[in-house]
Amino acid sequence: MFYAPLPMHIPDGFLSVVVSVILWIISIIIIGYALRRVSQDLGERQVPLMGVLAAAIFAGQMLNFSVTGGTSGHLLGAAIATILLGPWAGALILTCVVSIQALIFQDGGILALGANLFNMAVVGVAVSYFAFTSLQKMFGKNNWGLFVSGFVAAWLSIFIAALCAALELALSGTSPANIAVPAMGGIHAIIGIGEGLITVGALAFLRAARNDLLDKTTLEPIKGKLVWGVGLVIAIALAILSPLASSHPDGLEWVAEQKGFLDIAQPPLYNIIPDYVMPGISNEAVATITAGIIGTLIVFGVALGVAYFRRRSAT
Amino acid sequence: MHHSIEIDRLSFSYPDGHRALQDISLHIQLCEKVALVGPNGAGKSTLILHLNGILRGQGSLRVCGLEVKEPNLGRIRAMVGLVFQSPEDQLFSPTVYDDVAFGPLYQGLSPEEVQQRVEQALAAVHMSGYARRVSHHLSLGEKKRIAIATVLSMQPEVLVLDEPTSGLDPRARRSLINLLRELPLTMLASTHDMLLVQELFPRMVIMDEGRIVADGKTQALMNDAELLEAHGLEKPVYKEDRKTGIT
Amino acid sequence: MALLWESLISAAVLQHKKDMHIHYLDPFREISSPIHELDPRVKLVLSLAFIITTALVSPGVWPVYILLLAIIFSVIILSRLGFLFVLKRSLLALPFVFAALPVIFTIKGNSLVSIMAGSWILTASTQGLERFISIAFKSWISVQTAIVLASSTPFPDLLMAMRAIHIPRLLVAIFGLMWRYLFVLVDEALRLMRARLARSGETGLPDRKTGGSIAWRAQVTGGMAGSLFLRALERSDHIYNAMLSRGYNGEVFTLDLPGLRPAQWFALFGGLGLLLALLMISFLF
Repeated sequence: MFYAPLPMHIPDGFLSVVVSVILWIISIIIIGYALRRVSQDLGERQVPLMGVLAAAIFAGQMLNFSVTGGTSGHLLGAAIATILLGPWAGALILTCVVSIQALIFQDGGILALGANLFNMAVVGVAVSYFAFTSLQKMFGKNNWGLFVSGFVAAWLSIFIAALCAALELALSGTSPANIAVPAMGGIHAIIGIGEGLITVGALAFLRAARNDLLDKTTLEPIKGKLVWGVGLVIAIALAILSPLASSHPDGLEWVAEQKGFLDIAQPPLYNIIPDYVMPGISNEAVATITAGIIGTLIVFGVALGVAYFRRRSAT
Repeated sequence: MHHSIEIDRLSFSYPDGHRALQDISLHIQLCEKVALVGPNGAGKSTLILHLNGILRGQGSLRVCGLEVKEPNLGRIRAMVGLVFQSPEDQLFSPTVYDDVAFGPLYQGLSPEEVQQRVEQALAAVHMSGYARRVSHHLSLGEKKRIAIATVLSMQPEVLVLDEPTSGLDPRARRSLINLLRELPLTMLASTHDMLLVQELFPRMVIMDEGRIVADGKTQALMNDAELLEAHGLEKPVYKEDRKTGIT
Repeated sequence: MALLWESLISAAVLQHKKDMHIHYLDPFREISSPIHELDPRVKLVLSLAFIITTALVSPGVWPVYILLLAIIFSVIILSRLGFLFVLKRSLLALPFVFAALPVIFTIKGNSLVSIMAGSWILTASTQGLERFISIAFKSWISVQTAIVLASSTPFPDLLMAMRAIHIPRLLVAIFGLMWRYLFVLVDEALRLMRARLARSGETGLPDRKTGGSIAWRAQVTGGMAGSLFLRALERSDHIYNAMLSRGYNGEVFTLDLPGLRPAQWFALFGGLGLLLALLMISFLF
């Protein structure tokens, strides 16, 4: 069973600190730039517009449709936000949604937020934007062109974002690339179809109700070198890493270990179950357990002490 | 002939413990038109949501002769047409046609049947030419009519309306009242519009604090000023004026 | 958490009231406790530091893991949120753990046990198992921290803390407005789903396939999303006008934050010092 909305929000604990920090830095730079661009484009309107639409995407993610046997499809919304408001505002809106999900609803970790922002607010939005604008140019501005472009943009945004998540897990040594990439890719190739169909449904509604909104964004040309730069970097990274991951199962980990990426891959200085094939208890294990128990007692003692004195001082 | 709605000793509490319905009993006959009045928070909307099993409380509840329970919910949702207060919530498709066709399509009817249902439903609300229109661009009065059409297309036995006239201008309100008068269905409407009640509904049920506090002929209850005042209601005052044509 | 999401939504569609004051989505629990009273800035920084410390501890350094768990358990006790509350929410994060399951078998080391699956032989290694348990443990500790932070700090306080750690004011202002309209729009989404549910009926005839095609259902859902966005867009116009009419000119004005009192500085540095000490200990192993 797929657990919804998307098994894409990586919780804390699954990414190595190095991977987390690098993705935090990349996300901060790009989102900071997006913030500046949106300020220029929208001016004083941006606070109400971004805030309300972020809330709408958040609420829109609750809308579901039943697929089969108790599973249901949901929306991520990177594509629809990007198509409606362009890449910078789209990135900002997704930033708000993903951050609030992590901070308030524990959907995705806090240290892992940088990575989740990168996957959804940066990569998801960038992929949507490039796919949509390129396809729009090919198909022209008729209904079919709009719907096909929207569907492909939405599907790709989910699929590529999931691949990024899988590669991050692999780089962190949490999930081997030869399993994570096909598993995440496979699941999200299916989930992406739902995203695509919902996006098309939303576009059909907006096309009928407020065609002017869609006309405006389809005209917007690709601006700025940074966008192309980021797109290029992502494309190259995926082009290099994906085949490497599938053809050379342990390739990623090997690269990671050679580069010293895997802070957790170092051989432990001691071993709980040395030389035993079956789990047994050794002196070290006893020492570990004892140390743990003593530490725990101390911590709980302090906590209970605080609680006790507080109650006393309160009465 | 069966009753359209048979409620016996229905109670319901929200998860936060708030008791929204207490010991409700209400029987409504086929083609009877009943108004449900009472102050905000009396439990009217909560009661309405029980009629097609969206909310499930304790007690006995039969609709169109079927007990409201899991295996019957699909049937019951087709036979009870629930018209929500805000048509915005009910109209979520690009065109009027798509919205009216939702129920029949969900039921798995053939394309010809769907087409026929949509045409009938739109004709019933006098909006035949609107199939290709965009719901979003219609006036509130038109949206309310389309919202009614979206449930009529399921050919329900019971029409349940939540605040049908709220927010309408006098002309839209008048045409909606005329429309409701024409529809040969069992009807239960929750409303604050006492003039509407007086004009259209021979029977009136007053709810307050989750209970039914009065149930009887509209004419009789309307004259009980004390009862109305005790439950935050007012007798419509323009009745005499209107009859004599003086305003 | 995603499961939590699904159950919250279905429960909400069915049971949510028109005018619920304490929204079922808001995790904040108003209780009086030392954790609730801690300055939100101190709390946010310490929570972040705690999660980072947890991430930095090498796999298999069990005594430090147990100490981290003891600290977060103590915080839960002090917060008076109740173990069951935190535990229930935290366990819902569990499904992601499956993503890490393969490491048990793919990391080479002392073989622990072999599973024959047809012609495949999967060998679990001690190191693999150690890594897996460490990931699950870290994840669990971190998510509990996040739960305590969100449940013991009202959102406006969190916004204040975000400003204090120099998240751009504009972004914080957008967060604030988003929070304000989050519940309004979630209610709208729930009403849309309820209206759809009310019209999802059956004919009672056995030869009819109820529900239409998956693609059709998905597109109807798309229409709901479209109408939700459109209403939000139009609402943002009204809000903008209302803000202008109150003298808004694009500048986000905020009051200066009050300075931290000595006791709060003490809590901040005491906490950070403790975490640093833990980290040092973990490196000893």
